Amino acid sequence: MAGISSEPGFLLTTVEKGVNWARTRSMWPASFGLACCAIEMMGTGAAHNDLARFGMEVFRASPRQADLMIVAGRVSQKMAPVLRQVYDQMAEPKWVLSMGACASTGGMFNNYALVQGVDEVVPVDMYVPGCPPGPQSLMHGILSLHQLIMDGEIRNSTGVL
Amino acid sequence: MSDTTDLTADVPAEEVEEASVSVAEERRAAHDVWVSGTEERMPFATGTDEGAQEMLPSDIDPALAIQEGIEVDDDYVDEDDDHDFGDRQIINMGPQHPSTHGVLRLQMELEGETVVRVKPIIGYLHTGMEKTAETLNYAQGATNVTRMDYLSPFHNELAYSLTVEQLLGIDVPPRANAIRVLMTELNRVSSHLLWAATQGMDIGALSMMIYGWRERETCLDFFEKTTGLRMNHNYIRVGGVAADLPDGWRDDVASLITTVSRGVDEYEQLLNENPIFLDRTMGVGVITPKEVEQFGITGPMARASGVNWDLRKEMPYCGIDQYEFDVPLGKYGDVHDRYEVRIAEIRESLKIVEQVMDSMPSGDYRTEDRKVTPPPRKRIDESMEALIHHFKLFTEGIAVPPGTAYQAVEGPRGEIGCMMISKGGSRPWRMHWRAPSFAAVQALPVMMTDSLVADVVASLASADPVLGDVDR
Repeated sequence: MAGISSEPGFLLTTVEKGVNWARTRSMWPASFGLACCAIEMMGTGAAHNDLARFGMEVFRASPRQADLMIVAGRVSQKMAPVLRQVYDQMAEPKWVLSMGACASTGGMFNNYALVQGVDEVVPVDMYVPGCPPGPQSLMHGILSLHQLIMDGEIRNSTGVL
Repeated sequence: MSDTTDLTADVPAEEVEEASVSVAEERRAAHDVWVSGTEERMPFATGTDEGAQEMLPSDIDPALAIQEGIEVDDDYVDEDDDHDFGDRQIINMGPQHPSTHGVLRLQMELEGETVVRVKPIIGYLHTGMEKTAETLNYAQGATNVTRMDYLSPFHNELAYSLTVEQLLGIDVPPRANAIRVLMTELNRVSSHLLWAATQGMDIGALSMMIYGWRERETCLDFFEKTTGLRMNHNYIRVGGVAADLPDGWRDDVASLITTVSRGVDEYEQLLNENPIFLDRTMGVGVITPKEVEQFGITGPMARASGVNWDLRKEMPYCGIDQYEFDVPLGKYGDVHDRYEVRIAEIRESLKIVEQVMDSMPSGDYRTEDRKVTPPPRKRIDESMEALIHHFKLFTEGIAVPPGTAYQAVEGPRGEIGCMMISKGGSRPWRMHWRAPSFAAVQALPVMMTDSLVADVVASLASADPVLGDVDR
């Protein structure tokens, strides 16, 4: 239509920035520790590395209260349905961070027991390499995810505003 | 119509329909299974029901109940109990629960606040490592096993290397042995520190979590400096260790000992007279020496029950018998004794580390056997034999003669044993591990039955199970 710009105007972009800022500043992770990576995830939250600096020290045991699922470790065939259920229980908006080689690709265990990458089960927003990734790597992944959210639109995983 | 065989051909159609409906209804009544993604999305109340959280119907078929997971099938409890089934409730704890130390699932039958039965369900972290080991050669094998019990990677590597060395019939130089003892004992310290942190957190002493990690990081820093990695080091290898200790390691270890000792003193100040901590640990999760023997429990759990069994004393490896240390023992076999035994073990391990520091021999850090260790790069240019050795090692791997070997080391959780069968060649034909956490998880029903729900977490944490070790 003539006279109406398809570009988002001042109001929308400002609201979007505000909402995205709010979302990244207190992103609570669900504690989904599976294997070795879970220990490094705990290490990231503990004294030396202090994830609280990014408002993320509250690892929630209940998926209902969590925004980010850090899949920390190898996902076995038996664990995959549980993982999916926990993901489904999380409220929108939600993000998934795949931590380590096993969660991302199956890692060194290309065998009958492991899911070859957690992206076969849930949509993944950020992959963190390493076996296990150190706290600095994990924080880098988390901050990259923050940046991704800041640069993106306000939407949930189904694409609805 | 499809060309598959119709097995119900001679049964009248209505009967088939009726039978399948009734079975389906029965199943649904017993346990509302909802596998995500396979059916249309249900409302939250149904969708999140993992079954088994409702009261048991009184007239349910026991076999079906066990199959559907709403009845705990456990042979530890006598069957002649006179409990009223109407008051019982089944609670599933895990596999996604922060206090299960990984992905253990506990199925608990409760009567009010009392745990009537417990059944640990394992396998959520089964990685098929023992099978994977059959495809990896002996140089690659340590990479695999170090990820089993991920809190004591050095002990896994040590058990693996010692087993292969036993098959090969080689000895490693004294310096390699001393480095192995140094690293494994520091690993015991870091593992026990993590245990102290999580045990504290699980029973509500949240600051223990932060304190324990603070000291553990100093251990990890030294590991990183030596091996290049904070965890899963692949440092202890067949024939010795991967690299010599870094420059200035004595200063690092000395400051580590000071920091950790000071930290452990602080934990004791924090916990030893803390009435809540004492209330929650004393007399909880008791295991008798007889049960220790029956369940094959080893390590700090066995020693907390007064069973004097430490592989470092009974079947010494890597020359650990030349160092002086005590084996701390408990009296009552409860959670509090396990706490005291582990804290004492941290101090004993530091004592060993100090002695290793003082008596570190010089020399090679890996064997000079050219069938196991590749020659130095420079020798390859000079010697045809060295070139052949190098080529053979990196194309075929270490050739291990046929045979069967078992070697165990005293890990932070108990006896970590590696059983290996070789049929010759560069890969093990079969490998099996004896996991200390497996025995500990097996004994959870003994510790938890007839205790309160709140004590379940304390007992579980005190067993210090690592699920990577249990499931492998």
